[in-house]
Amino acid sequence: MDIQIALLLAQDGIVNGAIYALLALALVLVFAVTRVIFIPQGEFLAFGALTLASFQAAKVPGTLWLLIGMGIAISIIELASSSRLRGGRRRLTFALGWNLAYPAVLAAIVLLAKPGDWPLVLQVVLALALVVPLGPMIYRLVYQPLASASVLVLLIVSVAVHLALVGLGLLFFGAEGSRTPAFSEASFSLGDVTITGQTLWVIGASLLLIVGLYLFFERSLWGKALRATAINRVGAQLMGISTTQAGKLCFLLAAAIGAMSGILVAPITTIYYDTGFLVGLKGFVAAIVGGMVSYPLAAAGAILVGLLESFSSFWASAFKEVIVFTLIIPVLLWRSMTTRHVEEEEE
Amino acid sequence: MDAPILAVDELCVAYGKVEALHHVSLTVRAGEIVTVIGPNGAGKTTLLSAIMGVLPRSSGSVAFLGVEQGDVEVERMVALGMTLVPEKRELFGDMSVEDNLLLGAFMRRRLGHRDEQQTMAEVFGIFPRLKERRGQRAGTLSGGERQMLAVGRALMAKPRLLMLDEPSLGLAPLIVREIFHVIGNLRKTGVAILLVEQNARAALRIADVGYVLETGEVAMSGSSEELEGNPRIVESYLGLGGKR
Repeated sequence: MDIQIALLLAQDGIVNGAIYALLALALVLVFAVTRVIFIPQGEFLAFGALTLASFQAAKVPGTLWLLIGMGIAISIIELASSSRLRGGRRRLTFALGWNLAYPAVLAAIVLLAKPGDWPLVLQVVLALALVVPLGPMIYRLVYQPLASASVLVLLIVSVAVHLALVGLGLLFFGAEGSRTPAFSEASFSLGDVTITGQTLWVIGASLLLIVGLYLFFERSLWGKALRATAINRVGAQLMGISTTQAGKLCFLLAAAIGAMSGILVAPITTIYYDTGFLVGLKGFVAAIVGGMVSYPLAAAGAILVGLLESFSSFWASAFKEVIVFTLIIPVLLWRSMTTRHVEEEEE
Repeated sequence: MDAPILAVDELCVAYGKVEALHHVSLTVRAGEIVTVIGPNGAGKTTLLSAIMGVLPRSSGSVAFLGVEQGDVEVERMVALGMTLVPEKRELFGDMSVEDNLLLGAFMRRRLGHRDEQQTMAEVFGIFPRLKERRGQRAGTLSGGERQMLAVGRALMAKPRLLMLDEPSLGLAPLIVREIFHVIGNLRKTGVAILLVEQNARAALRIADVGYVLETGEVAMSGSSEELEGNPRIVESYLGLGGKR
């Protein structure tokens, strides 16, 4: 291997690593606040990318029907439960607005305004508007009724949600993959190596998202409230921080991160309905490096996973997935020897 | 007379089939310190949790600020002006003292109040130690400082009713005295206080009214002077040399 190939592989590894880092941060966030190991994280990547691809092919993305369907389901649940709760009227109006009116407005835009002719930026915004609300909706439908269940039950439910979403993905987008045009056609040469504009887009946008998340958690009241919930759920509840709202906010962030990473990688890699799972799992390996609690370690782990993957695809491409996933074994050994076991706080 | 801040009527709470509270009634009026004393396992913490909405009630009613509170959620009680300092403090150990205090004002901020810096200055006035430690992680504080932070964090919500669960637990006598001194002074700010304590002597000294809770029932109640003079209380809870 000469230096030029090494640089190419490193560039590849860092680009993929940046995406894994985003997914790993989302996984750590969701787990810390809600104790849910969010296996379907990768599906948001696929949904984001494929929804955008549908717009470009002038097709109506199936995620629109999913959004409408889940909105109707949630509305029925809210209607049934609102009679039992105090102050239900305002809450109900709010819930119906988000779950019925919002999908209806989006449906009108998608079906009537022909987003296929729009500029890329607007298509991206519309794809995010369609896919991101699915996160809090899934929380409301699936996880909120299970808020006091054990981590294992939540994990099993996550597997079920993942399988359901992959199935829906096949139904919505079909078995063939899609690619979207690059955000910029520019490319730069650094010595012998060419760096494409999209590479810089992925790395830059990922860094920006990470900095944004950092500022959100350090500076904003809701960011601090999410951290507080992760540290001490009882204490946070006594401050009036609702576990449900914290959960919905987490799922909103996770869905946003997932959909954005999908839109970022779609010009580089062909995305299939089931691509998300493998990418999400690599994010999960990175999150494990951070012990599911540390954001910086998870991000570093993600870069490590990305580099390991690209270099092993050069030397032993048949084994590249095996090598990446085997990383989990030494990491777990190292973690089990260096960290004390933390008991689950539940009674 | 004004409606009481808190009126608990015939409250029952059960854990599964085991009833932990039987028909407990008590009243807290504005500017009053009411203490609930009693041995371990009498149901004192259960009582506070049920009032706060952390635990479901099996029967009986809780009226806060003159309004009966049915099937409540904790967030709603916080929004109405009720705050609980739990026995285990439940601080945010990885966050700074200042952030802990700020989150105490979380609900006020959501309700549109923007006075948390001023409230924080007031809390620093009450607990100057917290001001010195403002940038430090809550997890690194000493036991007494943690309790101060727990009380300070609760005060950040500007509560109408402050409920304290065993504030003396695990603290050195000197610190206990300091904390109780502060609690006694809080009366001047107009907040009503419901204080649950095993340290009956310290609690009765600052309280106006006391209730004795034994195996989930109110065994006795009265003004704190009456209780301090009651021979049974002296024998069971104050020990010899009850008057000091």
